[in-house]
Amino acid sequence: MRDHRALMAALLALVGALFAASLLIGPAGIAPAQALAALLRGDATAEALVMREIRLPRALLAVMIGASLGLAGAAMQGYLRNPLAEPGLIGVSGSAALGAVIALQTGLAASFALGLPLAALAGAAGAVALLLALAGPRGGSLTLILAGIAVSALAGALTALVLNLSPNPFAAAEIMFWMMGSLVDRSMTHVWLALPLMVVGWALLAGLGRGLDALTLGEDAAETLGISLTRLRLMLVAGTACVVGAGTAVAGAIGFVGLVVPHILRPFVGARPSALLPASALGGAAMLLAADVAVRLVLPERDLKLGVVTALVGAPLFLHLIYRTRAEGL
Amino acid sequence: MLTVENLSVARGPCTVIDGVSLSVGPGEFVGLIGPNGAGKTTLMRAALGLLPHTGESSLAAMPAQTRARTVAWMPQSREIAWPVAVETLIALGRLPHLPRGAHLAPADRNAIDAAIARMGLESFRTRAANALSGGEQARVLIARVLAQDTPLILADEPAAGLDPAHQITLMHAFAAEARAGRSVVASLHDLGLAARHCTRIIALHHGRVAADGPPAQALTPALLAEVFHITAHVAQTPHGPVCQPLEVIR
Repeated sequence: MRDHRALMAALLALVGALFAASLLIGPAGIAPAQALAALLRGDATAEALVMREIRLPRALLAVMIGASLGLAGAAMQGYLRNPLAEPGLIGVSGSAALGAVIALQTGLAASFALGLPLAALAGAAGAVALLLALAGPRGGSLTLILAGIAVSALAGALTALVLNLSPNPFAAAEIMFWMMGSLVDRSMTHVWLALPLMVVGWALLAGLGRGLDALTLGEDAAETLGISLTRLRLMLVAGTACVVGAGTAVAGAIGFVGLVVPHILRPFVGARPSALLPASALGGAAMLLAADVAVRLVLPERDLKLGVVTALVGAPLFLHLIYRTRAEGL
Repeated sequence: MLTVENLSVARGPCTVIDGVSLSVGPGEFVGLIGPNGAGKTTLMRAALGLLPHTGESSLAAMPAQTRARTVAWMPQSREIAWPVAVETLIALGRLPHLPRGAHLAPADRNAIDAAIARMGLESFRTRAANALSGGEQARVLIARVLAQDTPLILADEPAAGLDPAHQITLMHAFAAEARAGRSVVASLHDLGLAARHCTRIIALHHGRVAADGPPAQALTPALLAEVFHITAHVAQTPHGPVCQPLEVIR
């Protein structure tokens, strides 16, 4: 909080720099000065269209989704008191992907522009309903994990079933590629669709800091410190569902950001769960912006998927962190 | 401070706490004793309102925020989830006194410093709390409870895992709280510590109160035989009552 101003300033600067890079780097090859002028001008020229319709939504979505994943990951790890937790644990991303896959398969996605994201949001909402019905209103964190695993497994099985029954290899390939996650060809419509839900989710998750701090002492101690665990859990599930559901709906499943970013930043905030929330949100935005710039620079002609890059970067980073933890003898 | 009226807790078909009534007033340091499974933890958790129960408890009836400023609870499981600094962890005891989003005020800092001094943790202030030894962690968690600065403290086996010097320090700290007009209820397995330092002993047996009174009156050979199945050397000394368990009665 008070001691982390330098870290927050550094993260903010990093996000700013990467946001600018995301706006300025692309296959159209517009010179930076020209690009910025076109962005501000917003007239009917090709440059202005590229900047406003293609690059701006892409950069905005990277910030929004990255911040969402980082924030939700930090909240989930704080609630479960487990550094291996991630937002996908409660099954919302898997279920949102299932909704999207069904939309692709049934042709709903092709019939109107928002068919896919809306179907994905419906999947996420279904997951939350099932999760709360399974875990009950008052259960502990263990029942939430078990219910989340059950919902994830069910969504995964149903997604596999849709792929299995897919009429031709092209449809299957389309689904596979969508599931890898990407920000290519997203428009401001996607931004406006995701933003309201994400704002609600950010507000819910940002309000958890005090409760997550108290949970450092365990559930019993937190409750006697005046924290309502029932309310905390409901806010966590609803907040995570809003941000992850909206993120998956517009960009597909992007893994590892919510797992790795809180883990990397934890030592820099003195391990305090409340201080980790904003730091992790900025860190997530930076990581996703960087990954989205990377897919444009590395093999631009092969349309490398964003989720593939975050996993490729995230997994070795995570292995390194585990190795370091082991070296510390924990 | 704490009034419990006809409190019962059932777990499945078993009645773990069976119609317990008691009240603890200001200035009392109660040692809650009883063999494993007698219901000490269950009684305290139910009295706090953390468990479904029947009967009345003054704490369970309070709104959560009021309760957090009335009673500090030290659970038996000593959880420290993250490598936070010792003083950050102890500062969590101030949460009930802080409005949302507020920083620690001078009064909070004083309470934290006093608790750190009480438990002799000055040299640990900036160490990662979860990297300390078990006994040191226990002292940090006791300091958190003291920092909460409540009129009532409930502690579940606070002395377990402490070395003799720190056990005595802990008992002195709780006794000082009681002398200052607060109340402390601590479950204890060390009958010697309970006899020596507590102002009152409550012995639980099969979920009922088997004895309740000052140590010299409560800790009788008959009670120790019935409840604990042990013989003990119980004596009045110039240092106060002494209770040394000797043999198991078969």
